Amino acid sequence: MASNDSTSKTIIVALALCIVCSVFVSTAAVMLRPAQQANKNLDRKTNILAAAGLLKQGVSIDEQFESVTTRAVDLTTGKFTDAVDVASYDQRKASKDPVMSQDLGEADIAKIGRRANYALVYIIKGDSGIDKVILPIKGYGLWSTLYGFVALESDLNTVAGLGFYEHAETPGLGGEVDNPLWKAKWVGKKAYDENNHAVLSVIKGSVDSSRPEAVHQVDGLSGATLTSRGVDNLVKFWMGENGFAPFLANLRAGES
Amino acid sequence: MATKTKDILFKPVFENNPIALQILGICSALAVTSSMKVSLVMAIALTLVTAFSSMFVSMIRNHIPSSIRIIVQMTIIASLVIVVDQILKAVAYDISKQLSVFVGLIITNCIVMGRAEAYAMKNPPVASFLDGIGNGLGYSAMLMTLAVIRELFGSGKLFGFEILTTVSNGGWYVPNGLLLLPPSAFFLIGLVIWALRSWKKSQVEAPEYKIAANSGKGETA
Repeated sequence: MASNDSTSKTIIVALALCIVCSVFVSTAAVMLRPAQQANKNLDRKTNILAAAGLLKQGVSIDEQFESVTTRAVDLTTGKFTDAVDVASYDQRKASKDPVMSQDLGEADIAKIGRRANYALVYIIKGDSGIDKVILPIKGYGLWSTLYGFVALESDLNTVAGLGFYEHAETPGLGGEVDNPLWKAKWVGKKAYDENNHAVLSVIKGSVDSSRPEAVHQVDGLSGATLTSRGVDNLVKFWMGENGFAPFLANLRAGES
Repeated sequence: MATKTKDILFKPVFENNPIALQILGICSALAVTSSMKVSLVMAIALTLVTAFSSMFVSMIRNHIPSSIRIIVQMTIIASLVIVVDQILKAVAYDISKQLSVFVGLIITNCIVMGRAEAYAMKNPPVASFLDGIGNGLGYSAMLMTLAVIRELFGSGKLFGFEILTTVSNGGWYVPNGLLLLPPSAFFLIGLVIWALRSWKKSQVEAPEYKIAANSGKGETA
């Protein structure tokens, strides 16, 4: 087998192997792309519906998603915009692009670095106008960035649901952000006080329900102070002036 | 021949377990075993990759120049892993999300390369394929053992079905959070190796050195 080690044989074997492998890999990638894309879309829709607490078992996601309208919002002006195509816009990618996003500086309480200029919001229309609005939220917990959605009722103040679809917090501690019992605590809480300040917060320990501010507070997760603080910060950020407050104010004023 | 096939297939499960005896592939065994479903998919993926990469390496073993043989093996393994990753994304999206980087890291899983280099380079394709399946089974057996213990006592579930109702869901069982963290798999692997070596004494390695007997004088330097 001495000829195996000759330079020409080495180059031929390497080349042939590379060609065979690359054809193999690219065929698989191209053939499977439609199925992967469909899965990704389905996953995104499921997350949106699950966060809004609207996910029903046994009904196809696409059918359930029919009542949802996707719109792009300019976060600075708080108005709907057609500057980006909602079907292809990727907010996560945009928040890394210096042209499509802005540095938050001091205002960055959710520790996300940059915020995309445009956000996709999901509106569920009811019989009398808007039924629910679903907003994307993200922020840093203890180990990871938490990505999720918060759904607001038609008064644009009452929380209809909150959930995260991607995070890497400690299982059993910070990972309890996925616990249905904890997520249920958000439902019915008010995001804004009478002066329209974003006051929704996660507190340390249990909420004293006899106090007037209890309607703006959610129990912290025990054993996960830093994750709870992260969730508190990110909710404050996205409900605040640099988040969706201008948009919600416009929507409340009747503009759409 | 029949006994030889059986040997190639099942020896790696107890006699020559890749994790317990060869101490290969520990990293992914720590990372993915907190849930049975994920472990099962990981086990199947690794078994297939090991089997097919061994088979392909073995098929071209007589033409591989020894100077680039590791690169050739890596290329074959990497291609297979990418394909497995793509298939998982297409048919089992949820699980592929949970496995995240670990599917990609099958490339660096020592079992795959270890078998390609140690066995497939010297043996015919069919035997290499079976050797790959066998080592995959050994890995799978270890992974599932860990996953059963970790998922049952860490979150009270098996395959996602509630077995022990946890306190947070209104039951009685206080889950052991440590079992959900990677280090717990380390302790469990240690215990399994201990059990295995007590059962099969031949796996115990001869000690490299002995501690000398105490001279009894109690001298201090």
